[in-house]
Amino acid sequence: MFARLVPIMIKEFLEISRDKAARFLLVVPPILQMLIFGYAASFEVYHVSTAVLDLDHSQESRELVARFTSSNRFDIVKVAASQREINKIIDASGAAVALVIHAGFAELLRKGQAAPLQVIVDGTNSNTALIALGYVNTIASGFAQDYVTDLMQRVQGAQGMRQVRVTLEQRPWFNPDLNGRWFFVPGVIGTLTLVLIVNLTAFAIVREREVGTLEQIMVSPVRPAEFILGKTVPFFLVGLGEVALVVTVGLVWFRIPFVGNPFVLLLGTTLFLLCTLAIGLLISTVCSTQQQAFSTNFLILSPFFILSGFAYPIASMPQVLQWFTYINPLRYYLVVIRGTLLKGVGVSVLWPDFAAMAILALVLLTLSILRFRKTLE
Amino acid sequence: MRLRRLNAIAVKEVLQIWRDPRSLMIALLLPFTQMFLFGYGVNLDLKHLPICTFDREGSQASQDLFKHFQASLYFAIAHNVKTYPEMVAAIDRGDCRAGIVVPPDFSERLNDAGTASVQAILDGTDDNTANIAFAYAAAVVSGYSNDIQLSWLDRQGRTLQQVTPLVVQSRVWFNEDLVSRNFIIPGLVAVIMAMVGAQLTSLTIAREWERGTMELLVSTPVTSSEVMFGKLIPYLILGWLDAAFCLTIAVLWFAVPFRGTLFALFLTTTLFLAVVLSMGYLFSVLIRSQVGASQIALVATLLPAMLLSGYIFPIDQMPPFIQDLTYLIYARYYVTIIKAIFLKGIGIGQLMMPILFLVIYALAVVGLAARAFRKRLT
Repeated sequence: MFARLVPIMIKEFLEISRDKAARFLLVVPPILQMLIFGYAASFEVYHVSTAVLDLDHSQESRELVARFTSSNRFDIVKVAASQREINKIIDASGAAVALVIHAGFAELLRKGQAAPLQVIVDGTNSNTALIALGYVNTIASGFAQDYVTDLMQRVQGAQGMRQVRVTLEQRPWFNPDLNGRWFFVPGVIGTLTLVLIVNLTAFAIVREREVGTLEQIMVSPVRPAEFILGKTVPFFLVGLGEVALVVTVGLVWFRIPFVGNPFVLLLGTTLFLLCTLAIGLLISTVCSTQQQAFSTNFLILSPFFILSGFAYPIASMPQVLQWFTYINPLRYYLVVIRGTLLKGVGVSVLWPDFAAMAILALVLLTLSILRFRKTLE
Repeated sequence: MRLRRLNAIAVKEVLQIWRDPRSLMIALLLPFTQMFLFGYGVNLDLKHLPICTFDREGSQASQDLFKHFQASLYFAIAHNVKTYPEMVAAIDRGDCRAGIVVPPDFSERLNDAGTASVQAILDGTDDNTANIAFAYAAAVVSGYSNDIQLSWLDRQGRTLQQVTPLVVQSRVWFNEDLVSRNFIIPGLVAVIMAMVGAQLTSLTIAREWERGTMELLVSTPVTSSEVMFGKLIPYLILGWLDAAFCLTIAVLWFAVPFRGTLFALFLTTTLFLAVVLSMGYLFSVLIRSQVGASQIALVATLLPAMLLSGYIFPIDQMPPFIQDLTYLIYARYYVTIIKAIFLKGIGIGQLMMPILFLVIYALAVVGLAARAFRKRLT
């Protein structure tokens, strides 16, 4: 069996290495996508364009605005003179946030009454708006607290009343600066591998069928099992190389930490690649032309991609879609890859994901081999 | 350009689309499935985030604090851990996305110094969830803080003045309830149109080359522009159908507010379709194989449309050189337009800039495609 397996594998490698387009497709798009994803995909919120309308012109109002200016979350891009101007700016997307301080602001503060800071937020991107509002509140409550402390010291002295205050301290683990890239780059590694390997496998087999070389192989003494192995082993190795390539780009270019054990990642990658090979094989059994394979791949891969927790939290999905994520190998692989790169956890924590991927690989491989044999007959 | 010949090409193309039910199904089914997949799968609103509590004091005060968390819609207390390693394990496994730790001297500090702090341990692997969770948690804690301040003042028999000297009155415009679906779905329509549109036409010329019918077509008196427009018009109609389909689902099924005018929407959508379809046509002229053309069309349209159009990731948060790059992504202009029409109800007058860019883009791509086609023939 081995004697016949090796020539098929060699043939497959030769085919990849002689195909200029394939060589190009294996290296350039993954790196390009990695770079674009790494830079473009982010939910972080910094330097929100902000318009200010200060109708009070007092020391207090200026002090409050200064707190926004000095934070790196807000950039004051426009100073408006009237409420109408503010409305216009927000309508035309000239600013995403507007701060309005009405006349009498300082007076209210000095009298000890609640002074309003009016904030208008462009909610078009609800995520950005929500985070920006959080920062507005943080800055405002910082101002309020300092103002009260200051006032008490000045007016009431030591015997006055006391501020009772509970604060919340932030302790982000695994990603101390809450850097968005650390979240997205491991996700990109997983999605890229999925798309690439499924496409490669499905296309390689469908091409043979379309061109008619599949029949030639079948009349040779090669057995179906040998053919499948001969086809998949090279792609498995290509997949490993691909993961190594994109992980390296992530570590070197984006400075993603790798705190875990590389062997745990290798084990997870192996299981994941088995799943992707089986999916590719399965797709190849239902398609007779490359064009069909292409559109089928697209139809099948986009749910895997969206429902994986790659960018959108699984917990926020409707229950039915959450169930679907259980048969999505990418879901488990993302846990493994983030776990090993960022958290540094080992098999003792990741074993449920390993087990799930192993079961999926087993089921998918069996299914695809059974179906594949049938299509040969 | 003669209307009669244009018509003949268009009729031929319609017949061809009609006789290839698989492609037609993809053209009509894809928008449908993608709409529902993204509409339900892409949701950035956090609710019932699983957290664990680690009460190192076990006092009345700490239990009160946790009650505030329990009452919050945004958090669900999944575990009450007793030891530090237990909390580490829960966060490592991903069972809890955050841990709230009350220090052992919490109420003592609160009584003596008047200030005490609570820790929020956040799973930073998902930075966005961590950020939003922290903002919600901070709001819960400050609510608690106000409550105990009030009760403390109450006991002292003092007035309530000076508790919160500054009140933030926030008003959210255009998406009042901050529902992520409201901004994702209109953008999604743009992404789907970009994807399906380019896919549809990218096959049309390549197919003629592959089947050898192109030579036949060339030997007839039709001109290259008649071929182009004759082939594009049926797809434009299919594109309109797809767009109408997506927009109906957006408004009727997902209840996204629609505040603009249908006229503005129709005009800009047609313009966008013109860009997208001629883009696919260009690919298929340049690359003579169907697989190659559709693959390039997908890679060249899908990823940029998803990532660089501002459909979900805000452009102004990207590094400057990526921001410059986004001006080349035509989906960017349509995403801006369609979000504005849906949520802001803005008319064509205020959307002149993106519309102008789209017009320039359409003219450039159509010109390029026409030139490339003529070159191919000679």
